[in-house]
Amino acid sequence: MGKTFSTPKSLSDNMTHYCPGCTHGIVHRLIAEAIDELGIAGRTVGIAPVGCAVLAYNYFNFDFQEAAHGRAPAMATGIKRVRPDLIVFTYQGDGDLASIGMGEIIHAANRGEKFTTIFINNAIYGMTGGQMAPTTMPGQRATTAPTGRDTDQTGMPIRMANLLGELVTPGYVTRQAVLKPGQVNKAKKAIKKAFEYQVEGKCFSFVEVVSTCPTNWGLTPLDSLKWAQDTLLPYYELGDYKVPE
Amino acid sequence: MAKVLMKGNEAIGEAAIRAGCKNYFAYPITPQSEVAEYLVKRMPEVDGVFLQGESEVAVGYMIFGAAGCGERVFTTSSSPGISLMGEAISYIAAAQVPAVFVNIVRGGPGLGGILPSQGDYFQATKGGGHGDYRLLVLAPDGVQEAVEMTMKAFTLAEKYRGPVMILGDGLIGQMMEPVEFPDDLRTEPSNKDDWASSGMDTRKSDKRNLVKSLFLDPKELNDNNLALKAKYIQMKKEEVLYEGYNTDVDYKILITSYGTMSRVCKTAIDMMKEEGIEVGLLRPKTLFPFPEEAVFNAATKESCKSVISIEMSMGQMVEDVERCVKGQREINFYGECGGDIPTPEKIIEIIKELL
Repeated sequence: MGKTFSTPKSLSDNMTHYCPGCTHGIVHRLIAEAIDELGIAGRTVGIAPVGCAVLAYNYFNFDFQEAAHGRAPAMATGIKRVRPDLIVFTYQGDGDLASIGMGEIIHAANRGEKFTTIFINNAIYGMTGGQMAPTTMPGQRATTAPTGRDTDQTGMPIRMANLLGELVTPGYVTRQAVLKPGQVNKAKKAIKKAFEYQVEGKCFSFVEVVSTCPTNWGLTPLDSLKWAQDTLLPYYELGDYKVPE
Repeated sequence: MAKVLMKGNEAIGEAAIRAGCKNYFAYPITPQSEVAEYLVKRMPEVDGVFLQGESEVAVGYMIFGAAGCGERVFTTSSSPGISLMGEAISYIAAAQVPAVFVNIVRGGPGLGGILPSQGDYFQATKGGGHGDYRLLVLAPDGVQEAVEMTMKAFTLAEKYRGPVMILGDGLIGQMMEPVEFPDDLRTEPSNKDDWASSGMDTRKSDKRNLVKSLFLDPKELNDNNLALKAKYIQMKKEEVLYEGYNTDVDYKILITSYGTMSRVCKTAIDMMKEEGIEVGLLRPKTLFPFPEEAVFNAATKESCKSVISIEMSMGQMVEDVERCVKGQREINFYGECGGDIPTPEKIIEIIKELL
């Protein structure tokens, strides 16, 4: 029997800076696998966000650009418009995409820009140390919501996949999770499909991935997976929100 | 080539195309929206890219992304829009990618007005965005020079791998003048394979390129800032441009003025000459790098008793003039910045008070 499992070529050997139990590593791997399987690494440009994944380019083996906070979709637009032959994706967290970068993601999606966005939703700001995000759950504690998110003052969590799914412009919008092995397999299929749509030049593609942040949630990695499963998934329902014809 | 009569804003759009730039991203703002209205029709004729972004903030990053993958790209805007692009300009400077920004300046601060102004001198030459960077700033005095500077800007941006700004004003954008587009100002794009994230297959390389501005290691950040500083020192040596007008005679007063304002000053100088009053003009064509030595030499000419900086601002370039003259002559200032451009008669009145 030959070798059945190895590191994707598009993933670098660098040790990541991510905390124990963080799911960024899983999603990085899924992206690298999809890019390898499609054979597109040589024409791919990733866009790193501001947030925990700001150093994401250290963990991949292809071209990267680094955006300002929230601006990755505008940069991806610039690249894709002048070089439609390149495969472009943004990798963004919830503070980056759903707060400061809301304008950029909505308009890029609505123009039907033919790039891919991988959106990591872990309901909190990671890099800056656990502040409330637009995706933070009601009552969930954060350093800027020490008694829990007060929805009277801050509104309800934003469901990005639902929001983008409502746009009339055709696109591929899905919400996945990486809390259980079965979910990881489905997320992989969704990420690969998102890149396939881009390779075909078909539409904007958006994969929201419900993730964890054990450090800033103050939970163990295992408890984080359980909390996300029990608390996040009932509100952030998994599935496709828009599929191109 | 025969001259054609064109509005400044349209001529700037055409100049970019003639310089070999086929990518334009912009957001509408008075008094320069004609650039976009011109290029939306013109770009498809050259298989170019035209995109109206959702904000100047986003446009700044569309420029950054396109420039980061090695393509010639530019945008045009006006003062409040340039403020919003300031963030991206800082990132573009730090990441060392070439891009051209045109600011058709209007009155400020705040919404200000839509008439011509030179109130963005500080923003263009001293900052705008955060951090240790400078913009190479070219200041045209009319439509022909706006064309030539726009064309040269792409070459300069690539030479220094950084942002270059054309600092015009609402009058230059709106007025019509006969222009020509010198073919020799179009240059071949520089080789970008060693830095642009253009896709490894494109440059047939196994080495990937990163376009970034984060340097967490203090030494790396210091080194990047030293690399930027070295460029600015080189600009000071190689790119200074200025014009002297009526400076070969013994003048008692030296005017320093740039852009639209300098043309009115020239008219005033001609009118005073007929009265037997000699006044010289030193016009910086690059605002950064500033013609430090030329300003000093012109101001300290033996016949020259005092200097006056005349601007469509409340006094911005005058600070650089003071810096360069080093206390050797009295420095005066006159400026208006509501949108009315000071008339030659007004300038003559001010000059006569100094005599």
